[in-house]
Amino acid sequence: MQVDTQELAERLSLFGCIQCGKCAGGCPVSMKTTLDVRFLIYEALIGQLPDPTHMEELWDCTCCFTCVERCPKDVKPAELIIGLRSLLVENGTIPKTVTDALQGIFRQGNPLGFAREQRADWADGLNIKAAQEGCELLYFVGCTPAYDLRVQPVSRALARTFQAAGLDYGTLGIEESCCGNEVRRVGEQGLFEMLVEEGKPLIESTHAKRMVTTSPHCMNTFKKEYGLSGVEVMHYTQLVAQLIADKNLEFSKKVEKKVTYHDPCFLGKQNHIFDEPRAILQSIPGVKFVEMDRSRERSLCCEGGGGRMWVEGTNMEERLAFQRVHQAADTGAQVLAVACPFCLLTLEDAVKVQKLDDRLQVMDIMELVNLAL
Amino acid sequence: MESQPRIGVYICHCGTNIAATVDVEAVREFASRLPGVVVARNYTYMCSEPGQGLIKQDCEEQGLKRVVVASCSPRMHEPTFQKAAQSGGVNPYRVEMANIREQCSWVHKDRTEATEKAKSLIASAVAKATWLEPLEKREVGVTPGAVVIGGGVAGLVAALDVADAGFPAYLVEQSDHLGGRVADLDRTFPEMEPVADWLPQLVERVQSHQKITVFLNSEVESVDGFVGNFKVKVSQLSASSDLKVGAIVIATGYDVFDPQRKPEFGYGHYPQIVTTLEMEKRLAEGDLTINGKMPKDIAFIKCVGSRDVQVGNPYCSRVCCMVSAKQARLLKEQLPDSRVSVFYIDVRTFGKRGEEFYDEARQAGVLYRRGNVSEIYKKGDRVALRVEDTFLRRTIEHEADLVVLAVGMQARDDVEDIAALLKLPRSADGFFLEAHPKLRPVDTAVDGVFLAGCCQGPKDIPDTIAQAKAAASSSLIPLLRGTVPVESATAIVDAELCAGCGMCVDVCPFGAPALDPLFGVSVVNAVLCKGCGTCAAICPSKAMRLQHFTPEQILAQVDALVW
Amino acid sequence: MASSQKPAALIIGAGIAGIQAALDIASAGFPVVLVEREPSVGGRMSQLDKTFPTLDCSACILTPKMVDVGQHPLINLMTYSEVTAVKGEAGAFHVTVKKKPRYVDEDKCRGCGECATACRMTGRISDTFNQGLGKRAAVYVSFPQAVPLIYTVDPTTCLYLTRGVCGKTFKCKDACPSDAINFQQKEQLVELDVATIIVATGFDMMDPRQKPEFGYGMYPNVLTGLEFERLCSAAGPTGGKIVVNGQEPKQVVFIHCVGSRDPHTGVPYCSRICCMYTAKHAHLVRDKLPESQVTAFYMDVRAFGKGYEEFYDRVKHEHVLYRRGEPSEVYKRGDKLIVRAEDTLLRKSIEVEADLVVLATAVVPRADVAEVAAMLELERSPDGFFKEAHPKMRPIESSRPGIFIAGCDQGPKDIPDTVAQAKAAASSAMVALTRAASSAK
Repeated sequence: MQVDTQELAERLSLFGCIQCGKCAGGCPVSMKTTLDVRFLIYEALIGQLPDPTHMEELWDCTCCFTCVERCPKDVKPAELIIGLRSLLVENGTIPKTVTDALQGIFRQGNPLGFAREQRADWADGLNIKAAQEGCELLYFVGCTPAYDLRVQPVSRALARTFQAAGLDYGTLGIEESCCGNEVRRVGEQGLFEMLVEEGKPLIESTHAKRMVTTSPHCMNTFKKEYGLSGVEVMHYTQLVAQLIADKNLEFSKKVEKKVTYHDPCFLGKQNHIFDEPRAILQSIPGVKFVEMDRSRERSLCCEGGGGRMWVEGTNMEERLAFQRVHQAADTGAQVLAVACPFCLLTLEDAVKVQKLDDRLQVMDIMELVNLAL
Repeated sequence: MESQPRIGVYICHCGTNIAATVDVEAVREFASRLPGVVVARNYTYMCSEPGQGLIKQDCEEQGLKRVVVASCSPRMHEPTFQKAAQSGGVNPYRVEMANIREQCSWVHKDRTEATEKAKSLIASAVAKATWLEPLEKREVGVTPGAVVIGGGVAGLVAALDVADAGFPAYLVEQSDHLGGRVADLDRTFPEMEPVADWLPQLVERVQSHQKITVFLNSEVESVDGFVGNFKVKVSQLSASSDLKVGAIVIATGYDVFDPQRKPEFGYGHYPQIVTTLEMEKRLAEGDLTINGKMPKDIAFIKCVGSRDVQVGNPYCSRVCCMVSAKQARLLKEQLPDSRVSVFYIDVRTFGKRGEEFYDEARQAGVLYRRGNVSEIYKKGDRVALRVEDTFLRRTIEHEADLVVLAVGMQARDDVEDIAALLKLPRSADGFFLEAHPKLRPVDTAVDGVFLAGCCQGPKDIPDTIAQAKAAASSSLIPLLRGTVPVESATAIVDAELCAGCGMCVDVCPFGAPALDPLFGVSVVNAVLCKGCGTCAAICPSKAMRLQHFTPEQILAQVDALVW
Repeated sequence: MASSQKPAALIIGAGIAGIQAALDIASAGFPVVLVEREPSVGGRMSQLDKTFPTLDCSACILTPKMVDVGQHPLINLMTYSEVTAVKGEAGAFHVTVKKKPRYVDEDKCRGCGECATACRMTGRISDTFNQGLGKRAAVYVSFPQAVPLIYTVDPTTCLYLTRGVCGKTFKCKDACPSDAINFQQKEQLVELDVATIIVATGFDMMDPRQKPEFGYGMYPNVLTGLEFERLCSAAGPTGGKIVVNGQEPKQVVFIHCVGSRDPHTGVPYCSRICCMYTAKHAHLVRDKLPESQVTAFYMDVRAFGKGYEEFYDRVKHEHVLYRRGEPSEVYKRGDKLIVRAEDTLLRKSIEVEADLVVLATAVVPRADVAEVAAMLELERSPDGFFKEAHPKMRPIESSRPGIFIAGCDQGPKDIPDTVAQAKAAASSAMVALTRAASSAK
């Protein structure tokens, strides 16, 4: 498969690249795979990019966007990887598990293989208003928080919290479809645009002034890529921190745990939301908060983003999640708090595989909040 | 307009430059029939002695009141023709030029078209000349003396040259000592001489100089006036002084980039991470231990806060490559068993003996590795630098005991305050803007105010000293002359028409118009006015007129071109 | 200057450094003697097309200063002249200046150019101003904006001056409407007393034949940076069109550091300006030939000055491909040139095709720097340029008291740094002149 490197270079404005290596140097997977994004840019610039069909390492990228955040010349290296992925999508040469996930989104609005009709099952008994009838706050649940049994408690905790704070909120119920953040990042631009075409009017029809998501991935795409107008998009940590600060949320119980926090890439690195999650944790009575060395801008990616929930990387022996949970355990913390459903799943899996389950528990922030309410 | 403008028109052949393309005789004939024209001549070289002689003679014998010369650009010979007219008794501001060379014969090929255009241009110039008024060339006196703001190397050197030339120099320094940032340095590249070998002498020369007054712990409160006649108010704690000088030199220096703005480097988290400035101090004090131990692995990271749009500093800080090479070499010499690596994107050792210095650093064992470090985190009791070595094409974790960040320069925090004092514009990089980036590196848009050193942009000590002396030279010109010329073609206000709206005050880049507090009309300070015409263009009442470019003159030109 | 009240300064060299220093000193009210050995002032800057990073036209920003220097009442401009001896000491130098004969009467010549058109040798003499790319007559002005605009007969190529005879009549004399040609002119020696001296004699470019592996001199489409500059200039031999061998090149390769940073050529230093002028050249190619492919090979990109990094960014966005690696060789294959290099980022040796190769050759001291240094009794640094008395304490003073150095004769530098240094020298000169004036009283 031939790649029109000139077109790529122009469209992605790769010409500003000075080959300094800041991107590859910060790429979390660059030490364990052959993926070298700086080198890919160079090959594109000199017109010698090899056929990407056999570049398995292209699927290792987690789209953490560290490269984009740090590039001193405002080149967006990850967009080249996404661009190459989209060429492979057009060509039909992508991993089968990715195809399955995309087809699920297309047919049933979610990549997990469930039926659309089951999307609101997590909320059974909670009597949540249908946002289509109008609400002040639209709670966008997300696919994994809706369907995954491990993550559903997070959604329920959020719903209860909104209720307790007396917020006028609603969800889209079974009309809610995948936000498409991962869809765009695996290169399926067409499907992404379709999701936006359908999702944008649906969201705007609720006339909600604010929109809150469970997942930083959903927040990221709604905020930056949907072109929504008239609605403020935020992640739940921003909202909940505000509720606590305004004293709209009160804790009645103590959670006597030593807790550390993992900054999710899509919340921290990409959207610079570092303080709110910490504010929440530190306000929970009984919590002793301890910081890992690699925190905030230097957080270690869990390898859940960029489609990695649908496709394994080329090197699954040295999973970054393994390193991460050891880093957490080494702080002496009993709980590794997260604020992203992908982080929750990958890190919890890592705890099990690394046999740390007797020392370390992975919990979403909302699960801790729920304990203290 | 007088009834008899009595205009003389002179068309230059400029050798073949004009005559080869424009039919100069036809043009002369056309010009002779224009209203107000008494005589029209053409000649091979109007700027030559005989050419000028023609003008002088006609002015005297024909009683000319205005002169139009159709030749090259006024940039070339306007002063020449003004002088020629003046020698014949005609006011130099009643000379108008039509550029039929650069704007006609040099840019058109067709003879007919070029000739017609030349005729239009001349008709336009004659029309304007009909309305020209006499103006006087003026000069104002210069108060001897200069204020130098900033007591670093740039300020010291500038003050010395001004004072050595015999003028009082007032050096205003914010801190309690002279020497600026250089005083914090240990040795300087490329000679590797201690700063202590020369800086104290420089300071001593300044402090003991009869003509230099040093104000420490002082700041400039306000600046009034204009070139040659500045009034500078300096406050020192509770006391204040009013200094009257002819020139001002800004030598306020720079600030250092705060590496906490690059949180991925962990500066402030890890004691092993220092800036080059901190390293300089350690080298000077001989304290190289980290956590009580001598470092075994030392790494330099260049371009911290420079060449980086993420922090808003796309520019290069110019000195860091040499500083890193210098410190790397010194460390390697003092800790010969250590591994010293410098991580870079480009090595910019461009100065005199700079490349040789870089060669010597590598020969001394300093390892240069091409890769822009992305992140630093803890590894055991050391730190690890996450970086792609772009030659190895491999991302590595480079462990180190000591990491030196080559932080860049940026405009000072308080640069806005200084800029506001003097109405100085700044370039996109935040430093002060020079009058012209190539040919006027120390002058500013404000006459009489000059720049020296890093306040204009990052630079090393030799370039700073050269600029400081250059600023002194610019200052000495008005001081030595004793007078400064001021623009004659300035704006004037018809007080009857002025509504006191103040729009002229808002738009003037030079602060020339001001509303008279008593009468509420605008008054233009003819010395500050540069004749740019912005106020006249914006005045809604047509009260403001720019001399030598009045509406009547310009409209006459337009009419002549159109008809 | 015995007739003048005030002590005078002598400035040797009227490139931009000499011009700026002269203007500053004269503006301050002191007389200046400005000696230039070429027929016109302007120096190297007059050979440039556009200047980085603003892309100002060099002639546009230079010629007004040239005119100022030619007209200033306090500047005694001696062009086509050379300083031959400097005796005395700071404050009281006695200087001998040799005025070379132009064989053209300066008071009569109008600069009309008829002599050059009529000259028997017209179009046959290699033109050094155009770096040998153009041709002129034996009587010439270097460029149309020359100051002074006075023609000069080249004694090395004029038939009459070299062989004693120029056909039946002197074509130049016949054509001159002002009767300005005068073969009876002789060299004149002028004695001057000055208080202070500034040396601003500029630089030369290295002959790239010292790096024979690049094929300069063998292949007509291998040019130096300065030759390329002349091609780009609207006043140059091709009227500003980039045309080599009668064709517009499609693939242009620029090579940095030809001779510089190279102990083999005796130039271990960096020539400081080449990274920027190469970026400028690359921009000009992309601008004038939009279909072209431009590659620039480099070791380090030294875009260090104000606005320089931003210019480098701009040029890259104009699709100039920067490849890291210092080429080793240029050879021919068919009708194309091949540039052989290791791309150190690709970690592979490569061959790049080119229709035009431009070499950024090293900036070196003037060919006669040793003689000039001896005559002026000035020391030189190991790099061959004039040495400053102390790099930090006295960076403008030469090793001889009272003589200052400015511009590229002290080391390679760009125009802003040259102007700053020239003004710095002017400042030192003004101090010296003020002192001389007060001690004379």
